[in-house]
Amino acid sequence: MNLLAAIGRATLALLATVGGVVLFALRAVASGLTGRLYWRQIGRQMLEMGYFSLPVVGLTAIFTGMVLALQSYTGFSRFEAQNAIPTIVVLSMTRELGPVLAGLMVAGRVGASIAAELGTMRVTEQIDALTTLATDPLRYLVFPRLLAGTLMLPTLVLVADVIGVMGGFLVSVYKLGFGPIEYINRSFEFLETQDVVSGLVKAAVFGFLLTLMGCYHGYRSRGGAQGVGAATTRAVVSASILILIANYFVTELFFAR
Amino acid sequence: MPDLPTEPGLAASPLAEATPRPKIAIRGLVKSFGPKRVLRGLDLDLPEGRSLVVIGGSGTGKSVLIKCVLGIVTPDAGSIRVDGEELVGASRSTLDEARKKFGMLFQGAALFDSLPVWENVAFGLLARRLVDRKTARERAIATLAKVGLGPEAADLYPAELSGGMQKRVGLARAIAAEPEILFFDEPTTGLDPIMADVINELIRGLVSELGATALSITHDMASVRKIAHRVAMLYEGKIIWEGPVERLDDSGNPYVDQFVHGRAQGPIKVGVERNG
Ligand SMILES: Nc1ncnc2c1ncn2[C@@H]1O[C@H](COP(=O)(O)OP(=O)(O)OP(=O)(O)O)[C@@H](O)[C@H]1O
Ligand SMILES: [Mg+2]
Repeated sequence: MNLLAAIGRATLALLATVGGVVLFALRAVASGLTGRLYWRQIGRQMLEMGYFSLPVVGLTAIFTGMVLALQSYTGFSRFEAQNAIPTIVVLSMTRELGPVLAGLMVAGRVGASIAAELGTMRVTEQIDALTTLATDPLRYLVFPRLLAGTLMLPTLVLVADVIGVMGGFLVSVYKLGFGPIEYINRSFEFLETQDVVSGLVKAAVFGFLLTLMGCYHGYRSRGGAQGVGAATTRAVVSASILILIANYFVTELFFAR
Repeated sequence: MPDLPTEPGLAASPLAEATPRPKIAIRGLVKSFGPKRVLRGLDLDLPEGRSLVVIGGSGTGKSVLIKCVLGIVTPDAGSIRVDGEELVGASRSTLDEARKKFGMLFQGAALFDSLPVWENVAFGLLARRLVDRKTARERAIATLAKVGLGPEAADLYPAELSGGMQKRVGLARAIAAEPEILFFDEPTTGLDPIMADVINELIRGLVSELGATALSITHDMASVRKIAHRVAMLYEGKIIWEGPVERLDDSGNPYVDQFVHGRAQGPIKVGVERNG
C-alpha cells in the first residue's frame, strides 16, 4: 500500500512539474510574441551563448572528429572498409554527435549560468524589482534567453560540424594515410541536405530545452545561496536528460521519412 | 449588530475626517505562508500627500504588507484599493497601470547587477519609453545627485558599491520617474547617521514638494519622527495603533510605548512567540 502511495505521489509530482514547465514556457513565449522585444537583451544573450560557447564547442568537436576517425578505422579495417571512414565521420557529426555533444556542453555552460543568474536575481528580489518597474520579467529575462538559445545552438552546431569533419580529416590524412582530396570528396559524396538539416533541427530543440531548464529552475529558486546552487544542479541535470530524450524523438521524426 | 460599520479602520481613527481621502485603502488583508499567518485581517489607510510609517518588530510582516500592495505577493483575502481601484484579483494590465504610480525601494536595494548604476536609476524611464537613452542618462545623473552620489558613480556596477551606496542608488531608482506613491522599505538602515538624515530630508522633501504619498517601513525612531506624518504599528498581523506622529510618545498603547522606547520588558514578548 505504502509503495503504491509513494508511486502515486511521485507520478503526481512529475505531472505537476511537467505542467508547470509547459505553462512557464507558453507564458514566456507568449510574452515575447505579444509585446515589445528587448533587442539589447536578445543581442547580449546571443553573444553570450553563441560567441562565448565557441571554444568549448570547438574543442569538443575537433576531438570527437579525431576519435571518430580512429575508432572507425579500428573497426572498419577489419573488413577492409576503411573507405567508409569519411562518410562515417561526417554523418555521425552532422546527424548525431554535433548536436548532442554541443547541446550537453552548452547545457553545462549556459544552462548553469542562466539558472545561477536568474536564481540570484530571484533571491535578491531583482525579479520583484522588475515587476514594480512595470517590466514583465518573462519578457525581459526569459524570452531573450529562449530565443538566443534556439537560434544560437544551430549556429554552433554548424561550426561544430565543420570542425569535427576537420578533426577526422587531420587524423585520417596525417595518421591513417588518406589522400586529402580523396578524403574531402568522400566526405561529401554521400552527404545529404537532410543529414545537416536534421542536426540543425535537433540543435534548435536542444537550445530551447536547455535555456528553458535554466530559466525555469532559476526563476523558481528560493532560499538564498543554497537554493540557487540546487537550482543550478537541477537545470543542468534536467536539461541533459531532456536533450537525450528529445534526441531520440527528433531522430525518429526524420527517420520515418 | 446590523448597525455596525462594515468597514473598520476609518471609523477607528478619531482624526479620519481631518486627513485627506485615502490614496491607498487596505481592508481585511490576510496572508499566510504555509502554517505561518503573517497578515491577519489588516486595515490601513494611506492619506494622499502624506507620509505614513509602519513600525513593528522584525518578522511581523511589514515587507509582506508592501509587497501585497505592489502585487508581488498575492494576498489570501482582503482588499487593496489605489485611487479607488481594486488591486486584489485585478488583471495584469490594471496592476501594471497602478504600478506606474509606484516607486519602491527594496530592503536589500535589489539593484540589477548586470546594469551600470545609471541604467538602474533610469530603468523605469527606459522601460516605459518615456525618454531616449541620452536623456535617461542625464536624468539618472540628476537623480543620483539628489541622493548624494556624484556623476562618477553613474558608470559603476552595483557590485562595486558599498551597501549604503547601493541603498541610495535604490532610492534614486524609486524616485527617478517621480511617482505618485513611494514605498520605502527601511530606507536608512546601513547608512551613517549623517547620510541617514540626508535621506530623511529627501523623503520629506519628496512628499512635500511633489505631493507624493509615501509608505515607509523603518526601525529607526529618529527617522520615524523626521519623515512621518502618521505612524501605524503592526503587531500579530494587524495594525494595533495608528495616529499622528505627535502622538507617538503619549499613544496610550503599551505595545507602541514599549516599541518606541525599545524596552525588552512589556506586552511584546520577543523570542518566546514563534509567530503562530
Ligand atoms: N516568500 C515567503 N515565503 C515564506 N515565508 C515568507 C515569505 N516572505 C516572508 N515570509 C515570512 O513572513 C514573515 C514576515 O516577513 P517580512 O519580511 O514581512 O518581515 P518584516 O516585518 O519586514 O521584518 P524585518 O523588519 O526584519 O524586515 C517572516 O516570518 C517570513 O519568514
Ligand atoms: Mg522587512
